[in-house]
Amino acid sequence: MTVLVTSPIVIPLATAVAAAFAYRRPGLQQAISFAGILALLGCAVALVAAAIEGRPMSVSFGGWQAPFGIEFKVDRLGAIMVLLTALMGFAALLFQVGDPETNRGSTPRAAFTLPLLHGMLMGVCGAFVTADLFNMYVWFEVMLIGVLGLFAAGGRMDQLEATFKYFVLNVAGTLLLVVAVGSVYAVTGQLNYTALSEAAALLSPGMALVLLASLAVAFLVKAGAFPLFAWLPAAYHTLPGPVLALVAGLLTKVGVYALLRVYGDVFATAPEAALDVSREALGWIAAATMLTGVLGAAYHWDMRRILGFHIISQIGYMLLGIALGTDAGNGGTLFYTAHHIIVKANLFFIAAIAWRMTGSYDLRRIGGLANAKPALALVFAIPALSLVGIPPLSGFWAKLIVLREALALGHVAWTVVALAVSFLTLYSMMKIWMEAFWKPHPEPSRPIAARGLAPAWCVTAGLALITVLIGLFPETLAAYCAAAAAEIGGVP
Amino acid sequence: MIWVIALSIWATLFVGARLAMSRDVFRVVVGLALISSGIVLMLFSAGRIYTTEPAVIAAGEQALPATASNPIPQALVLTAIVIGFALVCFAFVLVVRVVRDGATDSADELRVAEPVPSDPVEPPASPSECEPPHPGSPADGGRGVRGGHRP
Repeated sequence: MTVLVTSPIVIPLATAVAAAFAYRRPGLQQAISFAGILALLGCAVALVAAAIEGRPMSVSFGGWQAPFGIEFKVDRLGAIMVLLTALMGFAALLFQVGDPETNRGSTPRAAFTLPLLHGMLMGVCGAFVTADLFNMYVWFEVMLIGVLGLFAAGGRMDQLEATFKYFVLNVAGTLLLVVAVGSVYAVTGQLNYTALSEAAALLSPGMALVLLASLAVAFLVKAGAFPLFAWLPAAYHTLPGPVLALVAGLLTKVGVYALLRVYGDVFATAPEAALDVSREALGWIAAATMLTGVLGAAYHWDMRRILGFHIISQIGYMLLGIALGTDAGNGGTLFYTAHHIIVKANLFFIAAIAWRMTGSYDLRRIGGLANAKPALALVFAIPALSLVGIPPLSGFWAKLIVLREALALGHVAWTVVALAVSFLTLYSMMKIWMEAFWKPHPEPSRPIAARGLAPAWCVTAGLALITVLIGLFPETLAAYCAAAAAEIGGVP
Repeated sequence: MIWVIALSIWATLFVGARLAMSRDVFRVVVGLALISSGIVLMLFSAGRIYTTEPAVIAAGEQALPATASNPIPQALVLTAIVIGFALVCFAFVLVVRVVRDGATDSADELRVAEPVPSDPVEPPASPSECEPPHPGSPADGGRGVRGGHRP
C-alpha cells in the first residue's frame, strides 16, 4: 500500500530522470515517457479503485508518525484528481507524437520537453496526494519550475517574455502561500491536514478568518481567479499546442483543488462566523471571475487566447461550488473540475489540429473547416457545447449540480450571473464555429489538410467520447463526487 | 530579540516590495529575492525564537531537551531557501536572455506576446515571429511560416 500511495510521485520522477538521460535519442525518450505515463495511469486506476472501497491510504515518512512526519494520504478526492492528471498526461503525450512544435528534429531544446512535462506532472500529483500544508507549497514550486522550463524551452522572444511575466506573478502568489503557511504554523503549531482541522475548531473566529483568507488569496492566484488572473492570458498562448492543452487542463485546477481542500476539509471545522464571511467573499469573487473571463474571451480572435480566457471563466463556476459550503456544493465543484479538465484540454487539442490544417490560430485568417473536415466539426461541437452546458453533455450536469445547490441555498444573484455567462460562452463558441468552421478560408486556393494527425485524432475523439459518456451516464461520477465531498467534509 | 527580527523582516519586505514594483526587469527579480528572504525570516520566527540551543538529541537520550530550539521551522526554512535560490538563479538567466533578445530592460516595453492594440474594437493579430513555425504550407503567404525568432 505504501508503494501505491507514493507511486504518483515516484513514477513521474523516475520517468523524468530517465527521459532526461535519453535526450540524445528521441525514440528512446518517447518510449520511456509512454512507459512512465502508462504506469502512472495504472497506479491511478488502482488508487481510485481502492478509494471507492473506502480504504483511506496513507503513509508517513522518515519513521515519524503523523502529525510529526510528512504524510501522504489519498482519499476519493485525491485519487480522482491523480487519475485525471494521468489521463491528461497520456493524452498530451499521444498528441505530441509527430507534432512539429515539440519535436523539431533533434534540437537540444525540444529534447527537454518530455522530462519537463513529467516533472510538472510530478508536482501536480504531489499536490493531490500530500496531507501536509507545507509539502503542498513544495509541490506548487515543483510544478512552477517544470512549467517555467516548458515556457522557456521554445526560446522565441514572446515565449521568454511570457516566462518572465508568468514567473513574477506566480512567484508573488507562491510567496503569499509561504506567508499563509507560516502564519498557520505560528498560530496552530500544526501543518498536517488532520491535526490542522482539529486545531481549527479551537481558533477564535477572527484568527480563523485571517488564516483562511491568507491561504485563500494565495490559492486564488494559483487558480486564476478575479482579479489575480493576469498571469494566465499574458503567457498561455505562447506554449506549443499539446503542452498548452495539458497546462491549461491541469494547472489552474490544482489551485481549485487546494481551495476545496482548505474550505471543505482542513478549515471545515473552523468557527461558522469565519467560514460564512469567507464563503460570501468567495462567492462574489466566483461571480466576478466568471464574468471577466467570458468578457475577455469575447474580445479576442486568437483561438488560444479565447480558450485561455474561458479557463478563467470556468474557474468561477468551480469556486462557486466551494463558496456554497455544503457537501453538495463541494461535490459539484469536483464534478465540474473533472468535466472541465477533459473538455478544456480537448478544445485546445482541437485548436492545435485546426492550426495544423489551416495555418493559423487567428480566426480572421482561417476558415473552411466544416466543409473540408466535417469530422473535426463534429469533434469540436461536443466539447464546445459541453463547455456551454447543453444537455445531454457533461457540462450540463456539472452546471446543474452547482446551480441547483446555489438556488436551494437562495443565492439568486450568483445563479443569474452563472446563467448569463453561459450565454456569453455560447457566443464565444459560435464565434469559433462561424469563423474557423463555417466561413470559407480567406485564401480559397489553400488546401485544408495536414499530415501525421492520426494520434491527434485518437486523442480528441477519445476525450470527446469521455465527455459524451459522462453526459449519458452522469450518475456514476456524480455519486463518486458526492461520496468524495462527504468524505472530506466528515468532521473527524 | 523578537522586535529586532520583526524590524528586519519589515525592512526587508519594504525594500523588496519597492524593488519588485520597479519597471526594470532586473530589479524586479532582486526585489522578489529580497521579499522571499523576508518571508523566510518570518517563517523562521513562526516557530518561536526563545533559545540558541541547537535542536540535537544528546547521545543515549530519546527526546529533545525542553531547552532546545524548535527543529521544524529550521527544516521548513531550509526547504524554502533552497527552492527560492533555484528560482532566483533561473530568473536571472531568464532576465539576461529577455534583456538581450528584447533589447529593453523595461517591463513596460515587453509587449511582444501581448501586442498593444491599435484598433479600438479588434485586437491586433500576433506578429508572425510570435507564431510557431507552420510545417509545410507554402501557400501561407509568408505569415506563420517563420519561427524560432533569434535576433
